[in-house]
Amino acid sequence: MKQQQYKTIEQQITPATPYVLNAFKAFVVGGLICVIGQAIAFFYMIFFDFTEKTVGNPTVATMIFISMILTGFGLYRKLGQFAGAGSAVPVTGFGNAVISAAIEHKTEGLVLGVGSNMFKLAGSVIVFGTVSAFFVALIKTLLVMMGVLQW
Amino acid sequence: MYTFLFAFLVGGIICVIGQLLMDVAKLTPAHTLSTLVVLGAILDGFGLYEPLIDFAGAGATIPITSFGNALTHGALAEAEKHGLVGVLTGMFEVTSSGISAAIIFGFIGALIFRSKGKVD
Amino acid sequence: MVILFQTKPSLLAGAAIVGPLESRSVFRSYFDVVAEDELFQEKTNERGQSRLITDTCQLVMDKAQIKNLDVDYFLSGDLVNQMTPTNFAARELAVSFIGLFSACATSVSSVIIASLLTELGASQLAIAGSSSHHNATERQFRYPVDYGAQKPATAQWTVTAAGYTLVGKYNPEFPYVVAATVGKVVDFNDTDPFHMGGAMAPAAYETITTHLKQRKQKIYDYDMIMTGDLGNIGLKLVKAMLAQDGISNDELKLIRDAGAEYYGEDKSFLAGASGAGCSASVFFSYVLSQFKTGRYKRVLLVATGALLSPLSFQQGESIPCTAHAIEIAMN
Repeated sequence: MKQQQYKTIEQQITPATPYVLNAFKAFVVGGLICVIGQAIAFFYMIFFDFTEKTVGNPTVATMIFISMILTGFGLYRKLGQFAGAGSAVPVTGFGNAVISAAIEHKTEGLVLGVGSNMFKLAGSVIVFGTVSAFFVALIKTLLVMMGVLQW
Repeated sequence: MYTFLFAFLVGGIICVIGQLLMDVAKLTPAHTLSTLVVLGAILDGFGLYEPLIDFAGAGATIPITSFGNALTHGALAEAEKHGLVGVLTGMFEVTSSGISAAIIFGFIGALIFRSKGKVD
Repeated sequence: MVILFQTKPSLLAGAAIVGPLESRSVFRSYFDVVAEDELFQEKTNERGQSRLITDTCQLVMDKAQIKNLDVDYFLSGDLVNQMTPTNFAARELAVSFIGLFSACATSVSSVIIASLLTELGASQLAIAGSSSHHNATERQFRYPVDYGAQKPATAQWTVTAAGYTLVGKYNPEFPYVVAATVGKVVDFNDTDPFHMGGAMAPAAYETITTHLKQRKQKIYDYDMIMTGDLGNIGLKLVKAMLAQDGISNDELKLIRDAGAEYYGEDKSFLAGASGAGCSASVFFSYVLSQFKTGRYKRVLLVATGALLSPLSFQQGESIPCTAHAIEIAMN
């Protein structure tokens, strides 16, 4: 059996990805998580001294705390299976990636296990965020200094 | 009230973009999230992400794209004040909460929890 | 490469121990023990898997009424880096040990080597088989267990299970190994580690057709052909490939897959079970018992394995696969 022949058979028999359903589930869950984040932001603005500019920090920290609880009890995994990007894209997904890796590597101890492996999944997000921000900011700053753009 | 609606819509749409990157472009979660974070950085370079935050609130600050935006925003704000060196010093001033929280709660989580093989 | 065994090495005993989740298996009544603790009272998953291996081997020896000093060889492997659980189990068993890596096909490849040693007269009694542990394997090959990744419908569930058998000189009261086919590595450029069935089906097809051709047999010569862990979709694929060769539907009905049947109709397990322990636990408990009752006279067991590593995946490689087969019969 040639590879080409097999690929045709494989395509016919392998179940197709439910694109529309997945997108819909991601939309709803992602949107809901953001709504919860908005509610938490309002809570901090009303009951504490935060403004719209400064409320981002405690909101994000609170969301990640929530994702720690959900991850630890095996609930974020269930959410992820259902929602896909709807749970992976919000910052809670970032928390889930870090925390799940940390929990799993406990068996290798806190230093070699938890410490070294915590960013196994999420490290690329931090690296690429930092690197791209650097280049974007660098290019824009240079363009401003050359007079091509203004702040 | 409209803030909640726009937060829902914009947050949902960004997640759909992520889902399409995973399903259609067949990217891994790590590739998808890295792409979105870079997108956030580029959008702030064009001055487009802050208006999105004004419009959608948490719908723009909760998805991982806001991470790229925050890093770029901090860098640009410092660069405006102190020139080129600000690009480096400004980046992490604005985003420390996200990373610190993930590290601290990850560590605490590892102390408290144990992973169990459960099927869903 | 098809080997014919003149001295008919026999499978004198078989045992399977599985983890708590595998209580949902349709084969659970054939497993010797369904453990309640997935760590088997150990501190880590890997140590737990080691304990699983030693317990299963001990059960095999108990059934044959022998001690570890009576065993000449221990042949086994698993999916973890450097086969750590098996190495440490071998230390406990204190039997001459050769580690084998054929991924999920190790259950059969170990029996092939054991049979060769028996045929040569170099071994009186050898323990062969393999095992897998869900948590240890997921961490190695895919994501941390608590990570919220969305698994597609083609994904399979790695079982926590071990299956071992005792290979010895011919004994008419037990099933024996007639012939074996050592598989070649087949790679049809599949790259998705969440679609192992698709990657492994061509290897299973290659081994089955080679065995039948060289033995001058048809599928009808067997009571059944059982593959290791192709899963629901991989099984459909191998049947479609054979159908294109002109194999009839009635003959295709004789082809089964341990992974596809493992959890029955339970959709939570997606495309079915997989892992080195999947084929081993089913072959060395359920299949051997069917020989005892006389239901089977001749079967072909084809264990399939995906020879990827976390590194090969990161480096953008495809997934090369293999399948090893043993023909078991009983008078």
